Amino acid sequence: MTAPKESDYGTPKRLGAKEITLEIDGTEVVVPEGTSLMRAALEAGIGIPKLCATDSLEAFGSCRLCLVEIDGRKGYPASCTTPAEAGMKVRTQGSKLSNIRHGVMELYLSDHPAECRSESGSGVSEMADLARTLGVTDIRYGDAVRTHLGAIVDNSNPYFRFDASRCIVCSRCVRACDNIQGTFALTVEGRGFESKIVASMDQSFLESECVSCGACVQACPTDALVEKSVIEKGAPDRSIVTTCAYCGVGCSFRAELKGDELVRMVPEKAGRANHGHSCVKGRFAWDYASHSDRILKPMIRSKITDPWREVSWDEAINYAASELKRIQAEHGRFSVGGITSSRCTNEETYLVQKLVRAGFGNNNVDTCARVCHSPTGYGLKTTIGESAGTQDFDSVEHADVILLIGANPTDAHPVFGSQMKRRLRNGGRLIVADPRRIELVRSTHVQADYHLQLRPGTNVALFNSLAHVIVTEGFVDEDFVARRCEKPSFEKWRTFIAKPENSPEAMASHTGVPAELVRAAARLYAGVGVKGSGPDGRVNSAIYWGLGVTEHSQGSTAVMGLANLVMATGNFGRPGVGANPLRGQNNVQGSNDMGSFPHEFTAYRYVGDPAVRGSFEAAWGVKLWAEPGLRIPNMFDAALDGSFMGIYVEGEDIAQSDPDTEHVTAALSAMECVIVQDMFLNETAKYAHVFLPGSSFLEKEGTFTNSERRVSRVREVMKPRAGYADWEITQRLSNALGYPMHYQNAGEILDEIARLTPTFKGISFDKLDRVGGVQWPCNDEQPDGTPIMHMDEFVRGNGRFMMTEYVPSEERSTRKYPLLLTTGRILSQYNVGAQTRRTHNVAWHGEDRLEINPHDAEDRGVKDGDWVGVTSRAGEIVLRALISERMAPGVVYTTFHFPETGTNVVTTENSDWATNCPEYKVTAVQVMPVMQPSEWQKRHRQFTEEQLALLQQGETEAESAELQDQRA
Amino acid sequence: MSITVFVPRDSSALSLGADLVARAIVGEAARRGADIHLVRNGSRGLFWLEPLVEVATPEGRIGYGPVAPEDVNALFECDFLHGGDHHLRLGLTEEIPCLKKQERLTFARVGITDPVSLDDYRAHGGYRGLARAIGMSGGDVVEEVTQSGLRGRGGAAFPTGIKWKTVLGTEAPQKYVVCNADEGDSGTYSDRMLMEGDPFALIEGMTIAALAVGADHGYIYLRSEYPYAKQVLDEAIANARDAGYLGADILGSGKRFELEVRVGAGAYICGEETSLLDSLEGKRGMVRFKPPLPAVQGLFGRPTIINNVISLASVPIILDRGWKYYHDYGMGRSRGTLAFQLAGNVKYPGLIEKAFGVTLRELVRDYGGGTATGRPVRTAQVGGPLGAYLPVHQFDTPLDYEAFIAIDAMLGHGGIVVFDDTVDMAQMARYAMEFCAIESCGKCTPCRIGSPRGVEVMDAIIEGRDRQHNLALLRDLCDTMLNGSLCALGGMTPYPVLSALRHFPQDFGDAPAKGA
Repeated sequence: MTAPKESDYGTPKRLGAKEITLEIDGTEVVVPEGTSLMRAALEAGIGIPKLCATDSLEAFGSCRLCLVEIDGRKGYPASCTTPAEAGMKVRTQGSKLSNIRHGVMELYLSDHPAECRSESGSGVSEMADLARTLGVTDIRYGDAVRTHLGAIVDNSNPYFRFDASRCIVCSRCVRACDNIQGTFALTVEGRGFESKIVASMDQSFLESECVSCGACVQACPTDALVEKSVIEKGAPDRSIVTTCAYCGVGCSFRAELKGDELVRMVPEKAGRANHGHSCVKGRFAWDYASHSDRILKPMIRSKITDPWREVSWDEAINYAASELKRIQAEHGRFSVGGITSSRCTNEETYLVQKLVRAGFGNNNVDTCARVCHSPTGYGLKTTIGESAGTQDFDSVEHADVILLIGANPTDAHPVFGSQMKRRLRNGGRLIVADPRRIELVRSTHVQADYHLQLRPGTNVALFNSLAHVIVTEGFVDEDFVARRCEKPSFEKWRTFIAKPENSPEAMASHTGVPAELVRAAARLYAGVGVKGSGPDGRVNSAIYWGLGVTEHSQGSTAVMGLANLVMATGNFGRPGVGANPLRGQNNVQGSNDMGSFPHEFTAYRYVGDPAVRGSFEAAWGVKLWAEPGLRIPNMFDAALDGSFMGIYVEGEDIAQSDPDTEHVTAALSAMECVIVQDMFLNETAKYAHVFLPGSSFLEKEGTFTNSERRVSRVREVMKPRAGYADWEITQRLSNALGYPMHYQNAGEILDEIARLTPTFKGISFDKLDRVGGVQWPCNDEQPDGTPIMHMDEFVRGNGRFMMTEYVPSEERSTRKYPLLLTTGRILSQYNVGAQTRRTHNVAWHGEDRLEINPHDAEDRGVKDGDWVGVTSRAGEIVLRALISERMAPGVVYTTFHFPETGTNVVTTENSDWATNCPEYKVTAVQVMPVMQPSEWQKRHRQFTEEQLALLQQGETEAESAELQDQRA
Repeated sequence: MSITVFVPRDSSALSLGADLVARAIVGEAARRGADIHLVRNGSRGLFWLEPLVEVATPEGRIGYGPVAPEDVNALFECDFLHGGDHHLRLGLTEEIPCLKKQERLTFARVGITDPVSLDDYRAHGGYRGLARAIGMSGGDVVEEVTQSGLRGRGGAAFPTGIKWKTVLGTEAPQKYVVCNADEGDSGTYSDRMLMEGDPFALIEGMTIAALAVGADHGYIYLRSEYPYAKQVLDEAIANARDAGYLGADILGSGKRFELEVRVGAGAYICGEETSLLDSLEGKRGMVRFKPPLPAVQGLFGRPTIINNVISLASVPIILDRGWKYYHDYGMGRSRGTLAFQLAGNVKYPGLIEKAFGVTLRELVRDYGGGTATGRPVRTAQVGGPLGAYLPVHQFDTPLDYEAFIAIDAMLGHGGIVVFDDTVDMAQMARYAMEFCAIESCGKCTPCRIGSPRGVEVMDAIIEGRDRQHNLALLRDLCDTMLNGSLCALGGMTPYPVLSALRHFPQDFGDAPAKGA
């Protein structure tokens, strides 16, 4: 439990090396040079009134409440804008200062609703609190004065309202939008008393460019901008710090409660991944937890055509266990398996793989990272020895050149996107490689130097041609390579990459990117013409990538290609550089770390390694299988072969998120027992026999590990609505299966992980509570974790260059399927949408749309908003078109947030050669105007209706049974 | 040999029909076959004589004014081209007492030369300052300006040399020189007259400043209400560039200085230097807090000299004649001259450049000739709309920065607006608040909310509602604005209000002040 609010020191912390001493109200204060008088005083516990100042923003000096007196200076300087100087003697109190502050507050209140000052106010207004503190009650200007009290309230945003009558035009919202979020949606219009805050061109917030990150709401010192949940539920009185369950940024939040009710989520300033910022999802889209679609009772059925039957936990668990045992008895030890999710905590994921390995007695466990970042893990492990990004997020602040590939941070990792934008506004240079013209290519105050708009599926060709320029134009960091890398592998690679067929000119026919652009981008990445901010003026170049790199048939090759580039240019082992995968989901890194893959125990240790396996056998008290188990796609194939008949799926919706949906649903239909543990009756659950109601991240204890390897605490904000945290359900299933588990709490699971995993040594709830998020590896040398890896040497010793021959994808445009479809996310929705679709985020994105270049649309007679059929060799779907210049001709794009779209009906079984990561990013399709839904969509609609009816039937029966019980 | 005739192109003359007069003269000369050479000079600053037509004669320049187009025929009839007699004949212009008594250093060429003629400029001592400065170190130039005692003529009176020294001493890859030509104070026009009448003086001053501190780019931020000044400046800048006084290699020194004119968008607050910089950067003009000083982080975050037109235009003569020449004028810590601008209810309005130390009484009585209405003078507002109203008994205070501060007044940019005894000082106090309310940028609270409240409180006082309560509230409000405002707009609006209240309490329903 923590205080309801974080301290606010008014102006940002200064990290000056030089410390100065001054005197404030007779107290000696020591601060770093450049610190404001306000911060110096507040840090020393000396209160100074303020409204326009907040420590997440640079000082502005508008409210004039923080005035002080300084010996030897005339007037009353504002403490927020006056830097502390050595020897200064400052007074923060006095009758003159009191008069000025009183006068200013009286002016504010003369143009402010009276109820703000009374008990009936929102309770979250800094100004109301300050007015009380200053004791300003009598407003002498009277009522017959000009005010803004009649201003129209903007309620357009579903999550917050803007009431201009409560606005003091301090610009905190504007500055937050500009400097923290980087969207520049807000501005001050008019001047003097007519000044007002407007969104975009004086539009409603919802219509404007506002991305609803909420930074403005958080910054507002009155309740002009305030969460609607605060208006509805009242001011929070306590808070619990936890970690967001959306993307891989892993923002730290203070869940603010009134009593036991969650009122709002406020990003924590002390959060090391997010520094007090958030996006629309994390801050606002948490109401799904209390959505009426939540299933709160366990259910079973023997056939998927049967109605669901609500049963007790015991009955459900026992039924599931008995089915798994029956299947193993009938079809053998390897006929069952489990799937973990990157949305679960480390502890939950760990427990599922433990259940599979120790309880099922096989290694048939896999995770959804299979379908996103498995090539990242493989590629980095192979080249530098660790399956993780090398830096912390803050490293980007030191990057001089950023190469962003196949990632769209402003939508998919918004908080990091904002941090990157800030770096770019401060002089960082940017190269974007993406088939789409993503926001970072050009947006307010951000412009990429180069946009390499490559054809989908040609990453390796592009990376090879970039590397070719590095090698042939003399940009190799020979010293770094000699010291840190394997010489033979480098020499072999150098020879390979220097070949003419890898030149930008030769590769241009594949990538579609003009050779000169590639050469220029490579030179920029190599630091040509850039003023370096690294040691000795070295240019720091950093690569960031997302699923646009991995979800390809050559995904692993591409990751190795990037690692080669980083090694060749010596961009490892210091702030501002590195190889930085942006993880899709909140716990992709963690679920991988936790041994979710069929061939690896925790921390990527091979199941066939006797020493490693021995350590687990000793700890778990059971003999473990030494051979890797089935990967997800193998499970589906085996199900259709009749050899894989039972599956336990925790928190993952394979029927929506995995490629080639019809193949997946056929496999699920073929199984005899599908156990789904989830909050909602998701697509997979429609094929399930046992439904175990899971809990949201707000309802449990545990940890998530974000993209920067930071292990952060997830804390219980409310009791699990269905009764159990997910790890408890797994434990009960294990016990029912006959493999006993006896954890009293999630912390004990983490303790076990730490005991069995060298890179997690010493990580515990206690440590995380004490020091905050910790980046693994955490061990005796780095007891508080490792922000930047591979500093002096690579984890594998010397870096290993890998051959990266470009092999074109088999999926290519043909006469029949002339367009290339690539898929991804959008800001307001998250993955399969199970959470975000059940929030007001649908106000921004209520359906999946097919983005298509105007030229391609024109060719097909498609107008914006028309229904179009998208056909691939795998299937057909129908959705509405969104004509967009962001798309290159020949490339179309859509999202996969809505199950009724069935985006993955058209994606194919093609996958990465090394890890089976699906080739979501390249599907050859045809797009044509249509009048009705696709056949699949019709079937899906009918199937969904049937399944909802079966659910309804089960609930009705349970209710009548309950009624009878009550009567009896 | 043609005869040179001067008809001013200055806005004040144009507004009084100078173009029509010029056209009439040219037409009449053609009709009569008279060989004339028409020069469109600046204004001498004797506005009651505009359009002031001058003719170059062997005896000197003979003035005729104010000339209307319909007078032209008669002037020709009287052979004005040879100084012929006419009832508008003023004799030798330079002998006109109001002009003769002045000490024109900065305005030495204004009204005399063709503003856009580089030859004319050089013939009258122009570009000698730059020539000398090029041979000096930057530090020496800055020292020369410092020694001269020149202080910011925009109103703040900060020592110009000290400002320059800060810019000189701040390491940066890029520095700027910005001229604040957003002359928005009511009753002021010296910047405009200088730019329209002798733009090269400003250009030369900026060039010297740039070379001294290592800036290679300059901007003149000109208010949009000065379209004629824009024309003159653009033409002069082009001429200077063509002649190598601007551009990549100034007078072969190897040093670069580019200069351009940027036009504001009509906000008074953009005359405040930090708002001006925001506006120049393409942003909404909002006051920045200081520090950082513009000299350290100014335009686009780079060290920037930002000076008023008159400050910069005074630099060439300082460099040309040496700091002591300039320093020898003035009194106390106010060295050199100030271009006073006499306006309002005054018989002879116009520009009077005098050394500091002259009194208000001399200017209003001896130069201005009393009120235009002939009624007794009651007060004068000195220093623009934010300046104090002075009662006549304070008119003997020497016009000197420190002497004015001592009586809670200020010299500002040297504007003097005269009122006769019909003025209602409560209305003037209200006007001060209203001006602030209209022109406030809206950033700081005392100004944004305080000024409209000031208007409302003044309305109550004027209407006699709850007068004692409202007078007390007005004083408190003025205190809040004075001490709490971010910039001089809100911070100095109380000056006219409180001075009116102090010196003319009877207009507010109180007993008259002693000595009033």
